[in-house]
Amino acid sequence: MHELSIAAEIVDCVTESLAAYPNARVLEVRLKIGALAAIVEESLQFCYSLATEGTPLAGSKLVVLNVPITVDCTTCRREVALDSLQSFRCPGCGQPAGDVRRGRELEVEAIEIEEAEEAPAP
Amino acid sequence: MTTRIVELRKGVLKKNDELARELRARFTAADVLVLNLVSSPGTGKTSFLQRTLTELRTRGAAAAALVGDLETDNDARRLAQAGVPVRQINTHGICHLEAEMIGRHLDGWSEVELGALDYLFIENVGNLVCPSGYDLGERIRVALLSVTEGEDKPLKYPTLFNSADAAVITKIDIAGAVDYDREAALRNLREIRPGIRIFETSARTGAGMGEWLNFLAEAR
Repeated sequence: MHELSIAAEIVDCVTESLAAYPNARVLEVRLKIGALAAIVEESLQFCYSLATEGTPLAGSKLVVLNVPITVDCTTCRREVALDSLQSFRCPGCGQPAGDVRRGRELEVEAIEIEEAEEAPAP
Repeated sequence: MTTRIVELRKGVLKKNDELARELRARFTAADVLVLNLVSSPGTGKTSFLQRTLTELRTRGAAAAALVGDLETDNDARRLAQAGVPVRQINTHGICHLEAEMIGRHLDGWSEVELGALDYLFIENVGNLVCPSGYDLGERIRVALLSVTEGEDKPLKYPTLFNSADAAVITKIDIAGAVDYDREAALRNLREIRPGIRIFETSARTGAGMGEWLNFLAEAR
């Protein structure tokens, strides 16, 4: 439901980083989304095309990398991935495991940019 | 033309997270316990909070509230009946509160006044999805669930219930009339958030409020 504001934040976040690359055009944005981040990818993709219009990100592709949830199981003493969001239990031993280690990410991991070559001196 | 990959590793909600960290530091310095109340619309957040504020006042504790809604100041007016400072935040369409809105609405409440408070309650916009990602600088996030909503709500909205530190079940006075399955509700909450503290309450009859108020006092 708040994917448009998330898309706008992505534009701000990437635009800020582009200060170091003044002649760059963005081709691709790679975004990590954790399973607990409450983001619907289809909706975000739709909002992304709207939010990037008229910005250096216009026409760029949003590539989503899904991050599964991992929890720390105190019984097995290891970090384990959960099979679903319906039960926070270690799939190995079946004990409740609520200490979430990964899965809340909402992070721009990298961007791919295209830079115009400096014009050669006459 | 040359293309290249630039690693950023930047949180999309970094700005909100930084503001929330500043707020948290400010609340800690002022020694005020801040709670963020989240639920779907109609769970009874305002009634529960109104009763909480009234009872805290009776116990001699100083509390205040910020309340978020898309439009109207109806909730602020209801909460103000408890005789405590209340401010309404109108988001005008935004489906959740953000740290910036909290900071802006604290303007004018000087550090001295903030320091005189024991509790500050933030009643979020009624929504079980979007508030989960937005830190408001609170120390305790409370998810509320009424007996009329269906015992499987935690399973349907795991992202929010998993982010909560405590759960409050509301309207238990009408549990019988709506065939509320208590065991299922508690089991589902614990399945999504193992170890969560659960309070079963009624703002109308006052049931369960004592335990909740003791929890608040201990958390300070």
